[in-house]
Amino acid sequence: MIISLDHYLIVAALLFVIGSIGIFLNRRNVIVILMSIELLLLAVNINFVAFSQYLGDLTGQVFSLFVLTVAAAEAAIGLAILVVYFRNRGDISVGEAPLMKG
Amino acid sequence: MLNITALLFYVFSGVLLTAALMVVTSRNTVHGVLFLIVAFFNAAGLFILAGAEFLAMILVVVYVGAVAVLFLFVVMMLNIDLGEIRQNIRNYSLIAALVGGVLLAELLLMGIGWHTSPEAFDLTTAPMTALNVSNTQALGNLLYTHYALAFQGAGLILLVAMIGAIVLTLRHREGVRKQKVGDQQARQAKDSLRLVDIPSGSGI
Repeated sequence: MIISLDHYLIVAALLFVIGSIGIFLNRRNVIVILMSIELLLLAVNINFVAFSQYLGDLTGQVFSLFVLTVAAAEAAIGLAILVVYFRNRGDISVGEAPLMKG
Repeated sequence: MLNITALLFYVFSGVLLTAALMVVTSRNTVHGVLFLIVAFFNAAGLFILAGAEFLAMILVVVYVGAVAVLFLFVVMMLNIDLGEIRQNIRNYSLIAALVGGVLLAELLLMGIGWHTSPEAFDLTTAPMTALNVSNTQALGNLLYTHYALAFQGAGLILLVAMIGAIVLTLRHREGVRKQKVGDQQARQAKDSLRLVDIPSGSGI
């Protein structure tokens, strides 16, 4: 038995909602915000793979691979910025982030 | 009787959603990272059920092996005051519930009124027709031919990310003695060596 497309779409939608709630819930902790972004990208990947299986088209999996690449690069850069930010300020709260402007 | 595939799907997706919920609500960030690893493992299980074995392996290797461990390193390297972070969670829970509810309602509305166009199945650019080829081989055939340029671009993105992360976190410390190879190589005997002819018995 092959799981229907709707099941995957519902799981991905719930995962996306959880990820976006996490961004708002953890405004003071940038690490959890980055992890929430990883969850959002994972939901997108589940959608891509589900449609790839449904349509019998391999392109969705190729695109999902590129999404994984960009997500890994984004996590590395984000954490590097976070380390520099912590080194300069001593905390990782984004509430005070507008101090960085100009 | 419940099908074994359906059972696996419900177990994987249930654990995935629970772990994701724990990631965004856990008090300890280290626990959050560990729940993220659980979520990635279960997502890999979902990928296998959908027939994308290569992506499932990549998810385990790249995400669990590299990205989640990177998160763990950073969480443990930065000494974060958790008490100060947690006191503001009440202020944002209302707006978080609002945004989440609106997003869920929109996604459900879209899910109800959605159907596939009958022509969609004829528009596939890379149909999975050859059934004797494994998923990894089919993906490689596609990636190294039609998507070779995009593949190189992905490699370039990773290179830029690597250089950027190194440049950002590299720190030049003041007052640390370091070996200067150029100065050592340029040093001449006449600059540093002086021969003194001392008469015997007179001293310097």
